[in-house]
Amino acid sequence: MSDSQALVGEFFISGDVACAEAAISAGCRFFAGYPITPATEIAERMSARLPQAGGVYIQMEDEIASIAAVLGASWTGVKAMTATSGPGFSLMMENIGLGAMLETPCVVVNIQRAGPSTGLPTLVGQGDMMQARWGSHGSYEIIALSPGSPQEIFDLTIEAFNLSEKYRVPVLVMSDEVVGHMSEKVTIPYVALESLVYRRRPEVPPEEYLPYLPGEDLVPPMAVAGEGYHFHVTGLTHDERGYPVMNAGAQDKLVRRLVDKIRLNKNGIIRYEETQVEDASIIVCAYGISARIAQFAVKMARDEGIPAGLLRLITVWPFAEERIRELSAQAEAFIVPEINYGQIVFEVERCAGGRARTVLVPHMGGSVHSPETILRAIREVAQ
Amino acid sequence: MTGNTGVDRLSIEKYLREDRLPHIWCAGCGIGSAMSCFLRAVDRTGLDPDRMAVVSGIGCTGRVAGYVKLDSFHTTHGRAIPFATGLKLGNPELNVVVFSGDGDLVAIGGNHLIHAARRNIDMTVICVNNFNYGMTGGQVGPTAPFEARTTTTPYGNFESPFNLPYLVAASGAAYIARWTTLHIRQLEKAISEAMSKPGFSFIEVISPCPVTYGRLNKEPTGLDSMHYYQEKSVLRNGADPRDTGIELNGPIVVGKFVDRELPTLRERLHQVEKKAKERTKAKK
Repeated sequence: MSDSQALVGEFFISGDVACAEAAISAGCRFFAGYPITPATEIAERMSARLPQAGGVYIQMEDEIASIAAVLGASWTGVKAMTATSGPGFSLMMENIGLGAMLETPCVVVNIQRAGPSTGLPTLVGQGDMMQARWGSHGSYEIIALSPGSPQEIFDLTIEAFNLSEKYRVPVLVMSDEVVGHMSEKVTIPYVALESLVYRRRPEVPPEEYLPYLPGEDLVPPMAVAGEGYHFHVTGLTHDERGYPVMNAGAQDKLVRRLVDKIRLNKNGIIRYEETQVEDASIIVCAYGISARIAQFAVKMARDEGIPAGLLRLITVWPFAEERIRELSAQAEAFIVPEINYGQIVFEVERCAGGRARTVLVPHMGGSVHSPETILRAIREVAQ
Repeated sequence: MTGNTGVDRLSIEKYLREDRLPHIWCAGCGIGSAMSCFLRAVDRTGLDPDRMAVVSGIGCTGRVAGYVKLDSFHTTHGRAIPFATGLKLGNPELNVVVFSGDGDLVAIGGNHLIHAARRNIDMTVICVNNFNYGMTGGQVGPTAPFEARTTTTPYGNFESPFNLPYLVAASGAAYIARWTTLHIRQLEKAISEAMSKPGFSFIEVISPCPVTYGRLNKEPTGLDSMHYYQEKSVLRNGADPRDTGIELNGPIVVGKFVDRELPTLRERLHQVEKKAKERTKAKK
């Protein structure tokens, strides 16, 4: 059985619309948002689609309220999401941290534009990648995915819901203005409800339930409001009962688990795609729209006889560090094109560990790289 | 059995997380009284406690969520109301109560307060107003009266405070009352009315804070505040919210100020869903 409200078929739609449709297919029934270019079309689509599907769309007073409402809705057992761009993403950071702390499944879509500040509202950027990882205060782990096409934002939005339900963590879909606004053919598959992931629920009666007693995968089963569990959850450091405990021991136990439930399960989370990497001595490592551009640069380099390959990061956080470490043994250099002045390149450099050179091909935003720009960097390294 | 505050222990202890006691509140603080009134109101309403959720923000009053044996959420500073908005929209069967302080709800969370009132979302907001930021040691807050002394207004507060009933009434709330922690019977009744009332209900609870606010403003003990409330409270049910502002050492107008029928957010959303489904059918 699939969701009766989900579309099935082939459509010529934008990335933003594909994202909204994926949410419907994934069973999302709550969206709270605030208008912001270039993510507004997701909210618009959801405002039309959710009432048809028996869900709720609400436009909140700001992005802080939007993410707070998403967390609240998730605690009723509903799959919930919001979508925004840079300035709104900044405003959401505190409550993304609350989502990590309370272990609240939800999806946050960031259709990145160029910053800092108001920057270029209508034009592309990839400048929020480190913010995605580190934007809220304290030690935590997050999952972030980076789609490079309308089709892929559809696929990864569904995956984002699945990962968030499985690991009880906010999952970030780190897309960008070009993907969000580009219209292409999107195949919306039949998504069987049984193929979707749902958070594990408690199997014990309320009097025995401990809200933060984890399973073997370090993820605790989740009760939701209104079922008689009478649970308490808090953004304060807490024990397995969910009660605040103000000391270093409780902090150590909690933060280790919040981080380790992602780190120790990373092999089940991390996805990447390799093109002509087997014999490559120059590996372009890219994500999102930049990876789509980079594939042309790699092809042109191959045509010139340069052994180049492409490592496309689908999951950006947690980072594919083991694969990059492995590839650093064979590669002379990693070329990292990104639409910022250097973010993910430092992760690549860290994992390359001095075994391979790491070269940033920056772009300050407002447009994508030209393949030739990336090709030039490949050629320079090849010489 | 009754304790020395007149609180009926038996009716409320089933809603208390007794394993979390003693609580953190100072001697003479009014938050415990407000919480007791809430818990007795829970009992009085006869509503199913399994279908209740309590949401708090940050601050002394924000700790209420941690002491009630209901589904309860201690969230971020100022964001209790939007979090509660998600809970209510996610599960309309829940009776959602936001329990927080004046700084949390009116300063950092002030925008959410007026928007929740505007939407007339079905929830009850209990705002304990002690005129200052108690947890951080007594700084000036958005309800501190003009010329009140706090740790950050050593020369007296140079700003004007919000008149909360007026603010919330203008924003569209369906039910508004104000009581002090001296008026525990009236407060309990008001909370139970508010919880049963469809739409957005707001209850301001004027509360002593002897350790930080009181000691700088001639109310150094909780008892001093009780005397003040006894002498200066003016009961005016149905008062025009414009006339309920609070001045330093002035009267405190108490009572039920607003109780009106307005379409709730849920009713409006039902209409939206109906229209959406009709339009989908028409297309097919």
